[in-house]
Amino acid sequence: MNETTNQEKKTFWEKLLSIDRRIIFLFIAVAISVPLFFKTSLDMPVSPVVQEVYNAIDKLRAGSKVLVSFDYDPSSMPELQPMAESFFRQCFRKNLKVIIMGLWPQGPLQANIALEQVFKDEDIKAKNLQYGIDYVNLGFTAGNEVVIDRMGHDFRESYPADSRGTPLSEIPLMKGVRNYDNIDLILNLSAGYPGTMEWVQYAVDVFHVKLAAGNTAVQAPSMYPYIQTGQLAGVLGGMKGGAEYEIAIKNPAKAVSYMFSQAIAHAVICFFIIIGNIAFFSLRKKKTS
Amino acid sequence: MSKRENVTKARAGKSVTLDLSFLFLIFLALFLLFGQSILAEEVPTAQEEIAIPKDSVLPVPPTNVIAKDIPNDKGGAITISWERSADDGGGAKNVTGYEILRSTKRDEGYEHIGNVPPGATSFSDNVTKDKVLYFYKIRAISPTGTSESEPSAPAFSKRQWFDFSRLSLFILSLIIGFAIFYFIEKAKSEKGLFIRKIAGLEAVDDAVGRATEMGRKIIFIPGIMDMDSMQTIAGVTILGRVAKLAAEYEAKLEVPVSKSLVMVTCREVVKEAYLNAGRPDAYNDDMVYYLTDDQFAYAAALDGIFLRDRPAAVFLQGQFYAEALILAETANSVGAIQIAGTAMPTQLPFFVAACDYTLIGEELFAASAYLSKDPKLLGSLKGQDVGKFIFLLAILIGVVFLTLNSVLGLNLPDLRELFKGI
Amino acid sequence: MRREVPLVLTAIVGITMIIAHFIPPLNILKNLFEDWFFIIAAFAIYLGILNLILINGDKIYKKQKGWPFGVVVILGFLVITVIGIFFSGGKSFQDPGTPFYYIYMNLYYPLSATMFALLAFFVASASYRAFRARNVEASMLLGAAFILMLGRVPIGYWVSAGLGHALAYAADWIMDFPQTAGQRAIMIGIALGVVSSALRVILGLERAYSAGE
Repeated sequence: MNETTNQEKKTFWEKLLSIDRRIIFLFIAVAISVPLFFKTSLDMPVSPVVQEVYNAIDKLRAGSKVLVSFDYDPSSMPELQPMAESFFRQCFRKNLKVIIMGLWPQGPLQANIALEQVFKDEDIKAKNLQYGIDYVNLGFTAGNEVVIDRMGHDFRESYPADSRGTPLSEIPLMKGVRNYDNIDLILNLSAGYPGTMEWVQYAVDVFHVKLAAGNTAVQAPSMYPYIQTGQLAGVLGGMKGGAEYEIAIKNPAKAVSYMFSQAIAHAVICFFIIIGNIAFFSLRKKKTS
Repeated sequence: MSKRENVTKARAGKSVTLDLSFLFLIFLALFLLFGQSILAEEVPTAQEEIAIPKDSVLPVPPTNVIAKDIPNDKGGAITISWERSADDGGGAKNVTGYEILRSTKRDEGYEHIGNVPPGATSFSDNVTKDKVLYFYKIRAISPTGTSESEPSAPAFSKRQWFDFSRLSLFILSLIIGFAIFYFIEKAKSEKGLFIRKIAGLEAVDDAVGRATEMGRKIIFIPGIMDMDSMQTIAGVTILGRVAKLAAEYEAKLEVPVSKSLVMVTCREVVKEAYLNAGRPDAYNDDMVYYLTDDQFAYAAALDGIFLRDRPAAVFLQGQFYAEALILAETANSVGAIQIAGTAMPTQLPFFVAACDYTLIGEELFAASAYLSKDPKLLGSLKGQDVGKFIFLLAILIGVVFLTLNSVLGLNLPDLRELFKGI
Repeated sequence: MRREVPLVLTAIVGITMIIAHFIPPLNILKNLFEDWFFIIAAFAIYLGILNLILINGDKIYKKQKGWPFGVVVILGFLVITVIGIFFSGGKSFQDPGTPFYYIYMNLYYPLSATMFALLAFFVASASYRAFRARNVEASMLLGAAFILMLGRVPIGYWVSAGLGHALAYAADWIMDFPQTAGQRAIMIGIALGVVSSALRVILGLERAYSAGE
C-alpha cells in the first residue's frame, strides 16, 4: 500500500514540475481578465519617485512651457497611455503650454489619441484649448539622440515645421521658443530606444534641463541610478507608476482600475513559484532518501 | 600558415602601430595649437538705483543684465541673465513676459530677438557673429505698458577649441584608451594571456553539432537594432564564427534580420565564412533575409519560424528589447538549445531565466577575442580591466570619504565633483 | 582595396566623432556624419522592402510551404502604404479621422498590444521554471522576487498593513539600493566593453563584421 502511495506521490510531483505551460497561461489569463469586470478603486500610497514628478509639474506657473516626448508605440499603450493622459490633465488644468514631439514614428499619434481622451473631460473642454496657442504637436523626426542634441541648440534644426507642415515661426506657441532654455520641464514617455537614457545623456547632461520620465515597468529599474544623481526629477514606473500618478492628480482612471488585475496576476505567479518549489524540494528529498 | 593569413597578420600589426602613432600625434597637435581657451572677459556693470515714481503704471524694469559668451562651445552664442522685474510675481504682479533686445551700439539700434515667459531670468542668443560686440536690454511687458532695463555691458562670442567642461572625461578616456593600446602592444610578445571560461561561447560548437545531428536548422538572430549599435556588431562577429562552423558541419543556417543594413552586413559575413570554410557552393543569399523593422511584428514572425521549423539551435546575440522573453520562451518550447548574449540590463534577467547559456554584458563584447584567441584582442580586454579598476578605486575611496564625513564630521573632498564632466 | 577602404573610412569617421566630442568646432563634421548615416539607413529600408517582396513573391510563385502567408504579407504592405500615402490627407495622415488612423487603431494597435501582452504569460512560465531555491544565492533571488512582486502591487500594501506596510517599503528599499547598485555595476561594465569594442573596430583589429578575418 505504501509503495503504491509513494509511486503516486512521486508521479504527482514530477508531473507538477513538468506541467504544460498552457495550464499556467490559462491561470494567468483568468487572473488578468476576470478582475477587469470588477470596478474596484484601490487605495495605494504615492511613492516618492512619482510624487517628485507631480511636484515638478505642480511648481510651474501658468503659461510655462513643457515639452513632452512620446517615445513609445501601441504595444506599450496600456502602461504609458494613462501616464500621458494624466500628464495632459495636470498641464491643462494648470494652464501650462504643451509642446508635443516624438522620437518614435508612432509617438505623436499616441499623443493625438491621449488628447482625444482628455478633451472629453468637462473641465478641460470648458477651457476651449486652441491648437497652436495652448498645445502643438511637432510630430516625429528621424535621428534618435541626434535630434535631442540638435534641439538643445535650436528646435528648428530638427523641426522646421509641426506635424501639419506649419512653419514654427507661424505658430504662436513656438514664438520665443528657441531651444531648451525656453522650456521649463521635459517629460519623456519611453518604452525603449530612443528614450529616457538618451534624454538624460544628451539633454540633461549637456544642456542641464529638468527632466521627468514615464517608463514601462521593465525599464523603470534602470532609471533609479539617474534619480539618485539628480539627473531625473522623478519616474513613473509601469502601470503602478501610472496609477499612483492618477491618484496624485486626484483623477483615478484606467491605470488604477488595471492595478487590481495586475495584483491578482502577481499573486498567481507567486502561487505557482511556491508550488514549483514545494515540488522541487519534495522530489529532492525523495531522491536523497 | 597560409600566405593570406601571413599578410593579414602583418597588416594588422602595422595598422595598430600606425593608428597608435596617428592618434597620439593628433592629440599632441591639437593641444599645442589650440591648448588654452580664452574666456570672454566680463566688464562688470555698476549697480544703478532706478527711481520709480509712485504713481507710475508701467512695470518695474528688470535689473542687473549681464551678457557673456557661452563657454565650451563652437562660438556664435551669448547668454544673457538678469534679475526679474519687481512686478513679476510680486508688486503689481502684472508682468506677462520679457522681450530680449540686442544692438551693436549701446544707445540705439536695438532689435527684438526673442521672448521669454514671466519668471524667466536667462536667455541664450544663438545667432551672434564671433568677436562682434553686442549690447542687450530686457523689456518687461505688462497690460499697462512696457519698460526696459539699462543696457548690459558689451559681450562678444567666440569659439573655444576645447570643451573644458569635459576635461574629466577626456583624461579618463586617455587613460583607458592608452591602457588598451598598451596591452594590445604588449600582448603581441606575451603568450597565453589568461581569459576565464565563458560557458556560452564554449557551447557554440556543441550547439552547431547538435543541429547537424538532428538535421534541423540553426537560427541566428543578431538583435533588433541597426549597425550603429556596438551590440549588433558584436553579434555579427559571433555570426561569422557560427556560420563557419555551420559550413564545416554542413548544418542549415538561417539569419532573419530586422534592419536592412544588418541584412547586407550579415550576408557579407556569412558568405565570407562559407568561403573560408571552403564551402562557397553551400552559401545562398536567401539564408539571410529581412522580415520587418517593427519590433513585435519581427517577434511574431520569428515565433512563427520557431514553431513551424522547430530549429535545433537558436542564437540570440545582440541588442534586444521587450521581444527578448517572447523569443526565448518560444524557442524553449520547441526544444531548441539557446545561446543568448546581450548588453541590455533590462533583458538579461529574462535571458538568464529562459536560455541555456547567456553572455552577460561585457561577455558579448569579449566574444570575438575569446573565439579567435587573437592575443591583440585579448590584450584589449586586459586594458578594459584597467578602466574597471579605476572605477572600483574611485567608488571605494568616494564611499569611504563620504562615510567618514557623515560619521566623524570630517571635511574630506567629494569625489563626485571630480567626475562632474563625465 | 575592398578591405582597406572600409577600414580607413571607419578609422577616420570613428576618430573624428571621438575628437568632436571634446572640440566644439568639429561638431559640424560630427553632424554631417550623423546625417549621412540616417540618409543611408533611410534608403536602406528600400533594400529590405525589396527583399521582403522578392522572398515572399518567390514563395507564392513556387507555391512553397506557407505561401498564403506570403500573400498576406504583400497585400498588407501594399494596402497600408497606398492608403497612408494617397488617401489620408498628406502630411496630417496621422490625425484622428483619417483612414490611416482607422487602420492604426483597429489593426496595428491590437496586433502590437497582443504581442506585448504575451510577455505576461511568458513571464509566468519562465518564473515557474527558473525560480528554484537550489542554493543560497537562488534562495536570496527568490526572496527578493517575492517581496518585489507583492510589494509593487496593492496586495503587498494590504497584507502587510499590520506590519506598517512593511512589504511595500521593503520593495521600495530593494529598488532604491541593491537593485540600483547592481544596475550601476552592469552599466559600468557594459560601457567599458563598448569602449574597448569600439576602439578595436576603429583601429581595424575587429574586422569580422566587415567580412574580413
